[in-house]
Amino acid sequence: MAEMDFLLVLFRIFAALAMAGLAVIACWFLEGRQHPRSFSAAVVGWAFLIALWGLGGYAFATRYTLGLGAVTNLTDAFPWGLWKAMVLCGIAFAAGGFLTACMAYVFRIRTFYPILRPIVLAAYLCYTLSASGALIVDLGRYYKIWMPIVSWQHRSVLFEVSWCVMLYTCVLTVEFAPIVLQKLGWHRLERFVHAITVPFVICGVVLSTVHQSSLGSLFLIVPQKLLPLWYSPFIPVFFFISALVSGFAMAIFVSALAFWIFRRPLDPKVLTALAKGMTPFLMLYLFLRIVDLTARNAWVDVFAYPLQGFSFTVEMALLTLPLFVLLKTRWSGRRRWAFAAAIPVILGVILNRLNVAWIGLLPATGSHYFPSWIEIVITLNLLSFGLVIFGLAARYLPLFEHSSTRARESSTSVAVAGEVHHAAT
Amino acid sequence: MTEPRHHPFAQRISRRTFCRRGVAGLSLLAVGSTVSLAESDSADASRYGAVLVDLTRCIGCRACENACLVRQGYPGLPPATFGYGPGDGKLTFKSRTFVDFRDVPTFEGPMRHVPVKRQCMHCLEPACVSVCPVAALEKTPRGSVIWRDDRCIGCRYCLLACPFNVPKYEWNNALTPRVNKCDFCDDRTAAGLLPACVGACPTGALKYGKHTEILQEARARVAAQPKRYVTLFGDHVVGGTSWLYLSDIPVEQLGLPTNLPTLSLPALTWNWLAKVPYIVIGLGLVLSGVFRLRSRKENDG
Repeated sequence: MAEMDFLLVLFRIFAALAMAGLAVIACWFLEGRQHPRSFSAAVVGWAFLIALWGLGGYAFATRYTLGLGAVTNLTDAFPWGLWKAMVLCGIAFAAGGFLTACMAYVFRIRTFYPILRPIVLAAYLCYTLSASGALIVDLGRYYKIWMPIVSWQHRSVLFEVSWCVMLYTCVLTVEFAPIVLQKLGWHRLERFVHAITVPFVICGVVLSTVHQSSLGSLFLIVPQKLLPLWYSPFIPVFFFISALVSGFAMAIFVSALAFWIFRRPLDPKVLTALAKGMTPFLMLYLFLRIVDLTARNAWVDVFAYPLQGFSFTVEMALLTLPLFVLLKTRWSGRRRWAFAAAIPVILGVILNRLNVAWIGLLPATGSHYFPSWIEIVITLNLLSFGLVIFGLAARYLPLFEHSSTRARESSTSVAVAGEVHHAAT
Repeated sequence: MTEPRHHPFAQRISRRTFCRRGVAGLSLLAVGSTVSLAESDSADASRYGAVLVDLTRCIGCRACENACLVRQGYPGLPPATFGYGPGDGKLTFKSRTFVDFRDVPTFEGPMRHVPVKRQCMHCLEPACVSVCPVAALEKTPRGSVIWRDDRCIGCRYCLLACPFNVPKYEWNNALTPRVNKCDFCDDRTAAGLLPACVGACPTGALKYGKHTEILQEARARVAAQPKRYVTLFGDHVVGGTSWLYLSDIPVEQLGLPTNLPTLSLPALTWNWLAKVPYIVIGLGLVLSGVFRLRSRKENDG
């Protein structure tokens, strides 16, 4: 046994070093020559990423050798923890993907063409890392994640969600493929992908509508466990509308940040248009939540449970405060304020998902779950994988080709579903 | 400057064909879902096995607990603990059943030590079976809710959804963690034998039979001694369970959950899930229509 333990420790140290090495390579590729930064800023960033991935290697190795019981604070009474919550948060955040694609491809709103690629990539990363990635860590038998394909159980929400997520990941692949194909220069295949994009986008919107709401339906079956502040018979509706809100906010956040960090010009109208789109859905969401809470007389729980009441108050405040900015046209017409309003909205929706999957379940299950450091490190690792891949894609793939300025410069680039041509004319 | 060109997709098949094909596909989906809805409601509760637990006849000997451990291949209870005293006091990964000893206050003064056998309730409409995404939990024709090793992916939704917190997880297994729960001795009942715990009960506190008969029996006992039997648990809770409890002590003092609805829990989910095909068709049509209108406008203008 002692030798075995020693080998396991060696394996964990090896994994930590391997991941740290990977981080060094990632930093090397991320650090382009185009934007020289100050030495100290670069070193802090590098050191943080290397330390995080090193810890992550140790955490992953421990999780896969010792099992969930050894690395998480999950119990039989509280079987779903941070990683399942991360799936909910990630998918809510990724809603910007289907929303922007719907507005650009189906509603043919040209304003949104330039931000399509960064947002589709961000959504793609959310689905692969935050949803599938977190599940591969969280599932006890992660190597059987494909099981819903062959073993059907159509009455299960989770079955439906897993199918929707699988299919929607395919849709995102189709939406994302042109970026890679353009880079590879496979223009015939690229044109073929363009030709099939619109039906795929429509399928993607339908799939997203269904699974965004179904993530809420997951909790319909625990009326005795989830606090009435969040349990509602209409929780699927709330999840869907809040996903729309979060989608607009994510689109503002991702496009503003990506275009700013990678120094591409972005039409300020894009952000304000998104903010304008978000406002009615945010108002509708808050209105329905308040009506629902009042109808079920759930407000008393705000005072009955201190932690839950606090968390609920913060959630509602994060979602309400941006309205003051968004409803004042003098402010909402400026992209800086649109960006400032998007951040609390994103945080509010994420807190809502954490409340539903974690904090709201604590009192009735009698547990005091708080994630272990390994759970937190693995979560941060999955997030950082997303950021690093996004950074690499921004550096090495034509991620900002949709932008009208680029299109004007490079008339040789192959048309992207006709948008670039529209933008050019 | 290039001419604004038609959408490539629109050049290959006409929009009418596109809509037609879309509608055909979506209707196929809807028909499929409706058919499967019909077949899933065909469960026959009258053929389910059931157990009546008459707690007034239980002496707390824990022979049921012992028999269950032995059937699972574990050594039975050590002799010293056999008979009296609360055991672990909870279901664990090893123990599919246990006798909960409840301290119940009496008018005379001293606490009464009331044994309450606990195990999976084998709901008539089990939440765990309905939530499992891979059908790893299923309700057999004999009414037993069993877990299937070959399908489980370890998502632990069954642990979350179970209103009685029955399924237990093998947290420290890194490669093939299992879910353990009472399987109502499905292999034994299939062969015409009694469940191990029922067979071991020396006082007749556990009685096995068909669900309808057991429910009748329970109601008959209550009707015969309505003042004595103040508790009948399992006839309505979460749509009814295969294990029914009779007791002369109020249900909240027995440690059985009292905050559960009387309607079936899977119905809460199904009410929404059944609407999905309509959302798919409706939204698919609307979006196709919007695309058609918008791109026509685009091409005209």
